[in-house]
Amino acid sequence: MASIALEKLVKRYDKVEAVHGIDLEIADGEFVVFVGPSGCGKSTTLRMIAGLEEITGGTLRIGDAVVNERAPKARNIAMVFQNYAIYPHLTVRQNIGFGLYTAKLSKDEKNARIDDTARILGLTDYLERRPAALSGGQRQRVAIGRAMVRNPSAFLFDEPLSNLDAQLRAQMRIEIKKLHQELKTTTVYVTHDQIEAMTMADRIVVMKDGNILQTGTPVDLYENPADVFTARFIGSPSMNMLPALALAGQSAVPSDDVLVGIRPHDLLAVVDGAVPEGAIVTLEGVVEAVEPLGPETMVHLNVAGASLIATSPGTLSPAVGSRITCTVQPGKLYLFDAATEKSLGRK
Amino acid sequence: MTDIRQKDAVSRFRPRVRPGRILMWTLLLIGGVIMITPLLFMFSTSLKPASQVYDLRLIPQDPTFSNYVKVLTSTGFGRWFFNSLLVATIVTCSNVFFDSLVGYTLAKFRFRGRRFIFIAILSTLMIPTEMLVIPWYLMSANLGWLDSYWGIMFPGMMTGFGTFLMRQFFEGVPDDFMEAARIDGMNEFVIWWKIAMPLVAPALSALAIFTFLGNWTAFFWPLIVTTSSELYTLPVGLSSFAVEAAIQWEMIMTGAALATIPTLLVFLIFQRYIVRGVMLAGVKG
Repeated sequence: MASIALEKLVKRYDKVEAVHGIDLEIADGEFVVFVGPSGCGKSTTLRMIAGLEEITGGTLRIGDAVVNERAPKARNIAMVFQNYAIYPHLTVRQNIGFGLYTAKLSKDEKNARIDDTARILGLTDYLERRPAALSGGQRQRVAIGRAMVRNPSAFLFDEPLSNLDAQLRAQMRIEIKKLHQELKTTTVYVTHDQIEAMTMADRIVVMKDGNILQTGTPVDLYENPADVFTARFIGSPSMNMLPALALAGQSAVPSDDVLVGIRPHDLLAVVDGAVPEGAIVTLEGVVEAVEPLGPETMVHLNVAGASLIATSPGTLSPAVGSRITCTVQPGKLYLFDAATEKSLGRK
Repeated sequence: MTDIRQKDAVSRFRPRVRPGRILMWTLLLIGGVIMITPLLFMFSTSLKPASQVYDLRLIPQDPTFSNYVKVLTSTGFGRWFFNSLLVATIVTCSNVFFDSLVGYTLAKFRFRGRRFIFIAILSTLMIPTEMLVIPWYLMSANLGWLDSYWGIMFPGMMTGFGTFLMRQFFEGVPDDFMEAARIDGMNEFVIWWKIAMPLVAPALSALAIFTFLGNWTAFFWPLIVTTSSELYTLPVGLSSFAVEAAIQWEMIMTGAALATIPTLLVFLIFQRYIVRGVMLAGVKG
């Protein structure tokens, strides 16, 4: 295991700079998730850590060693790819064993390591099968097995669950998380799915346009987003964002040039016309659509031309076209500077 | 009522004979007859004595295997067969190795001049062999390769077609496979050999089959570059039965019949790969 340090890391393709001098310390055994939209530089950063992309500038340390010029194999890291990258012409045993290709171990030792890995991942019964005879989840486990078998300093995951269906993805999220808790190996995980980031990370790194916007624990990022982008990117559904002018008349909302963010789960539909005590914002809007989710219902509203999402109890499903009232409790308004989009705190 | 319904169902599912299909089958039949007739005459003539060679009946009047005995015992057929086998095998192995190595490099590595090199290789496909024969001959003469195995083989050791075919196919192999292997500690040559090559096995077999058959039947260049009968390949050796004084058709046809056997075997065993290879070369872009 090892810590990873990125110091002013830059990646340039000809004249285009994809990563603009980012700094990040990843502690030994930490599970860090890079999250951001396509093209934000998260995969490029991961590939620089892996040694698959040349580093244009800055320093990359794994443990105490500067590894900028080291070949991937000399970095003692393992990587799991989005499309698994398991070899179709080899059996599961051979695929997992490929991770030990350069290991100076006897055949028996290699087999023991493969068997151990297969047991941890529940692949023992499939060791002699070829990838074509495995399900998507099993293939992904083989890819993880190939990474695990080497006992690397760090695991790198590049959107490993993107090709799986929703149910399997949820299952694999838990499996990877459990695996990390068991092995305690430093892990860097790239995804564009904020739910994956929230559920798996010790720490999330939000990236945009080749820059790190914010790092922090999932709760930290959810509760205290540094800017509009992070506020909207973290949390599902996205935070409602509207200019203060649209809330004119609400005493809690400053009249300055600010943007007001309200999480859908904090914008609560009023049940039976009884406005709860202490509400600092009260809005009335026309219901445009409803999404019943069981324990709660997401209500899409039109409030004076602005589209917002509110939450109502699962038992209440307002009719489309009807008017409903929603309220916000103190401390649930997120204020942002309209010009810089930086956070101004909560109210 | 039930009867009527059943009758309706039967008529509904009766296969319809489409005019287009009839035309297609007719054309295929004509094509098949045109292709197979010379082969039948070849086998037929090989079973005829010299005196009946110009008797164009398909079934020989007095069938005999004496031509086969004569070709196998009193000519250089065995040697020519060996030469063809040797040349075709070495050239095929060479093509599979070098074409795929270059194709892989062009498909999977980014370097200055990559595009230019690919276009240069591709442009060699547009030069007809007849134009190349004189430069090849001059080169062989200057380097002392005339009338040698190397002289026969060197022009075909690597081909633009093979490189193009392999490059196109390697393009379709996801980079993740190679990158995963790199992280696992393999060097580039091992990655090519152990990972990339098995993934393009269908293209490799197609290339191998095309190359083998092309070299097995090659006539023009081996005829020019060889002078001694010990180095003749089969097609060149068979042509030696046709001398100015007399053309020994029965001997030529017998030799040709024997030479066809490996070709037919290759076609029959690997026809699936041949069809796939044709599709790969023609469709992938």
